[in-house]
Amino acid sequence: MTLARRIVPRLDTDGSRLVQGVGLQNLRDSGDPAELASRYGAEGADELVLLNLPASPSGRAVFAETVRRVAAQLCIPLTAGGGIGSVEETRALLRAGADKVIVNTAAVREPELITRLSAEFGAEAVVLAIDAKRRDGIWEVIVRGAEAAGENVVSWAQEGCERGAGEILVTSMDREGTREGYDCALSDTVCDAVNVAVMVSGGAGTPDDFLAVFTDGRADAALAASMFHEGTVSIRTLKQYLDSRGVTVRT
Amino acid sequence: MRITLIDYGAGNLPSVERAFQHLGASTERATTPEAITAAQVLVLPAVGHFGALMHALEAQQLAEAIRQSLAGPVPFLGICLGMHALYEGSAESTDRAGFGVFPGRAQPQPQSTHLRHLGWNQVEHIAEGRLLRGISPKAWFYFAHTCAVAAGVAAGPGRVIEMRPSAARTAEPPVGAVAICHYGRPFVAVAERGHWFAVQFHPEKSGEAGMDVLRNFLGALR
Repeated sequence: MTLARRIVPRLDTDGSRLVQGVGLQNLRDSGDPAELASRYGAEGADELVLLNLPASPSGRAVFAETVRRVAAQLCIPLTAGGGIGSVEETRALLRAGADKVIVNTAAVREPELITRLSAEFGAEAVVLAIDAKRRDGIWEVIVRGAEAAGENVVSWAQEGCERGAGEILVTSMDREGTREGYDCALSDTVCDAVNVAVMVSGGAGTPDDFLAVFTDGRADAALAASMFHEGTVSIRTLKQYLDSRGVTVRT
Repeated sequence: MRITLIDYGAGNLPSVERAFQHLGASTERATTPEAITAAQVLVLPAVGHFGALMHALEAQQLAEAIRQSLAGPVPFLGICLGMHALYEGSAESTDRAGFGVFPGRAQPQPQSTHLRHLGWNQVEHIAEGRLLRGISPKAWFYFAHTCAVAAGVAAGPGRVIEMRPSAARTAEPPVGAVAICHYGRPFVAVAERGHWFAVQFHPEKSGEAGMDVLRNFLGALR
């Protein structure tokens, strides 16, 4: 038996509503995340990622309520995050119904955060998200959308795992929003460097992009946002395609 | 019949609670030994570290009440780490014992695999049981754990181990094993023994198949 590759819709929110747009500008309201969650669950999504965008005006209590409403629609895992920087904030999202919590910028600033969260909640509940940009043949860690943190993605991912992150979520900032396909070289490099599950995000546009990131990229899970939200392809059709091409998926 | 969920502070209790409610069961959360003693059905959803779980149950005075309930006829379902609590213990914490209603201990995965078994996998039905009744052998379940009870070795109280070569090669599953999963090595995914039930995966996170498992558990109570 092998683990199925996971198809994971990503829902970006302003705290309570789904938003879409390039970067953090021109975000447009795209609906109720709970309704979309229910639909994706019924269509065969293996997990959902729900994010509170950094520029969002909504407070933590509002997002926790959104997590609660989305979790109530799901009987698949829910991973939530966005600006999480403490044990208390993590606990609030887990109690609201998230199964895993994402840390990103706060962990770069204070790696000890990963250690604390893993000790308190178990590694299975902690996902280290890393935003990556390719430069001079390696990938740099990016925070806050554009700022280089002076770290190499591979060594940061390894440190995160050593500190107890149960999973890595790597996003290519070069591919994000382009629909030109995932950065499979980034995916393959990170998967090779760590011994935990790796989720990959950024660039999904076609079913072949998923095929590539699962084969060449060796990813355990692939995220997509607008490709699913705009109905470019249904999760069901995507899974049937991947299955026909020999990728192990939950059908 | 009310489902009593043992609440020691674990993260996944709300999801399990919601799943049972979705199936029409009435639920309550037990945070005191009295609530556990009064329960008609007990469920222990737990995640994280075995030592931390057993320590929390002792510290909150829940362990003794659980022990007494397990000595009686109250049905009990352990989920994920809650399953390990029903066994003798876990390699994660050698100074804390489990409740021991199933023989065997949870062990870590071999080095050949990812550090954690995280994601959707299928199980192999190896014995007649109630939890998987009517569920396709191709169904997928969501797993998120590091340790598990190995299914490749003979185990069980009172069994005489005869020192013959053939017996040494016998790989009988542990007592109560109803379904096994393979990740690095075979391990127990579902165990049943009388009114004690244990699942390594998260039924509340396993889509329709998981809901069917919980529905079967409710059905077994009648």
